[in-house]
Amino acid sequence: MGLKVVVDMNVCQDHGQCVFAAPEVFELDDNGRLVVMVEEPDESMRSAVEDAADVCPVQAITIEG
Amino acid sequence: MTSQRVVIAGAGLGGLRTAEALRAHGFEGEIVIFGDEAHAPYNRPPLSKEALYGEISHEKLAFRVRSTATDLTWRLNDPIAGSDLDAHTVTLASGEVVSYDALVAATGVSARRLPIPGPPATAAAGRHVIRTLDDAFALRASLTPGARVVVLGAGFIGCEVAATARQLGCEVHCVAIDSHPMIRPLGIELAAELQRRHEAQGVVFHLGVGLTAFEGDDRVTGVVLSDGTELAADVVVEALGSRCNVEWLDGHGLDLTDGVLTDNALRALRDGVALDGVAAVGDIARYPNPRFDQRPWRVEHWSIPTDTGRRAATVLNAYLSETDYADIVATEWDALPAFWSDQYEIRMQSYGMPGLADADGIRLLEGDLHGECVMGYHRGEDLVGVVGIGMLKVVNGYRHEVGTATWIRERATS
Ligand SMILES: Cc1cc2nc3c(=O)[nH]c(=O)nc-3n(C[C@H](O)[C@H](O)[C@H](O)COP(=O)(O)OP(=O)(O)OC[C@H]3O[C@@H](n4cnc5c(N)ncnc54)[C@H](O)[C@@H]3O)c2cc1C
Ligand code: SF4
Repeated sequence: MGLKVVVDMNVCQDHGQCVFAAPEVFELDDNGRLVVMVEEPDESMRSAVEDAADVCPVQAITIEG
Repeated sequence: MTSQRVVIAGAGLGGLRTAEALRAHGFEGEIVIFGDEAHAPYNRPPLSKEALYGEISHEKLAFRVRSTATDLTWRLNDPIAGSDLDAHTVTLASGEVVSYDALVAATGVSARRLPIPGPPATAAAGRHVIRTLDDAFALRASLTPGARVVVLGAGFIGCEVAATARQLGCEVHCVAIDSHPMIRPLGIELAAELQRRHEAQGVVFHLGVGLTAFEGDDRVTGVVLSDGTELAADVVVEALGSRCNVEWLDGHGLDLTDGVLTDNALRALRDGVALDGVAAVGDIARYPNPRFDQRPWRVEHWSIPTDTGRRAATVLNAYLSETDYADIVATEWDALPAFWSDQYEIRMQSYGMPGLADADGIRLLEGDLHGECVMGYHRGEDLVGVVGIGMLKVVNGYRHEVGTATWIRERATS
């Protein structure tokens, strides 16, 4: 199974720290709200996505697969 | 070859991240993590914020553990009492002696208590601190509408607790020896503005004064301040900074005056010489960050355990596998400290080390001090820190400009 990124938007507080760890996957839109750009990133992104989940201050990111 | 063992002292964020990073590097030996709390690692920042509102549980605050690090040995409720850095062992409070090939000090800090006599320094007596989940459980139960709360200390945690208690309908007084809340990291302009915002929400400050006495016998009933003011209190929160949990490392020539002094590879320094295989991470690590200067600093920000954990794991893994060790140690590491704070609707985000700024080096970079803004903190010509009030995208844009120290540029060209 491939990698799947899930952000609990009820928990996310738009800190944007994930954006620095994995800019290909996460972005803040013009209103400063988080957007997950790629929900099923390539396996080569695993380490960056894990890093993003680590640095989320409210631990809103889960990685499946 | 017999299996190697890494012992991690402290089951908090730093301990967890170091263990995960060791596994990510391919370390296959045993990783044993000792913690003196009953809980697996959990997120502390909510303890002074949203966790005081409604439901909190360990389940909600527990850190996710990477799927590649599910084979860690957790020894919770099993504090380490001492160590022998020559014999490569730690001694548990239970008396058990455990040997290690590498040791990680990740024991964090404890809340400091005022050394002033009075009712027992316990939550049951109305004297609270806020560091652990159990502290938060106890405090939450006391923050009932109308409760008279005195917060001692106006640093970040004191201000967050004051804000949260106000929003829960408590009557809040905040006492501090400083002239303004959060002045040391933020400087006078921003600190004065934040004070104004707290006051608009109904917090009453008593600044430039200390505490001379607690009132009450079995339970605290009030406090007396150095200017003679008496404040009645149902709840006192001591938010007076921290004390490093490093006693268990005493007696080996380490510099423990403020946390554990290390080199840039996070190796503990013994009489000034780096000890291979002994690392410090998180709140207790005091290390030089060349992004700013060559002086070692200790930084209690949430970003530090993750960054130091990764650095320590890289160095320890190389040491344990005897590969490229000197190269890895010599590669300078300069992670950017990051900090945030939530008070009322205010989201504060900081990068770098604003506290290093010159007294006249603090300038408004963007926005409006009375609304949303970004402040820049300069030492000489270097931008050593930025703090945003709101304007998250804008302050995030400054990350890359913070702390490219002049001394590095000079060193590169000389
Ligand atoms: C209330 C609160 C709010 C915060 N808010 C923010 C915020 O908004 N933004 C931010 O950037 N940072 C914030 N922080 C700071 C951040 O949480 C810390 O920097 C971080 O938790 C440090 O992690 P650590 O692993 O170094 O230490 P800790 O998380 O303290 O972990 C150390 C663990 O080791 C255990 N231990 C101690 N001695 C021993 C021993 N002898 N044997 C075994 N175990 C031992 C401790 O009990 C603890 O469980 C906050 C902290 C608190 C307390
Ligand atoms: S770091 Fe966490 S809270 Fe911040 S935007 Fe990303 S998912 Fe949301």
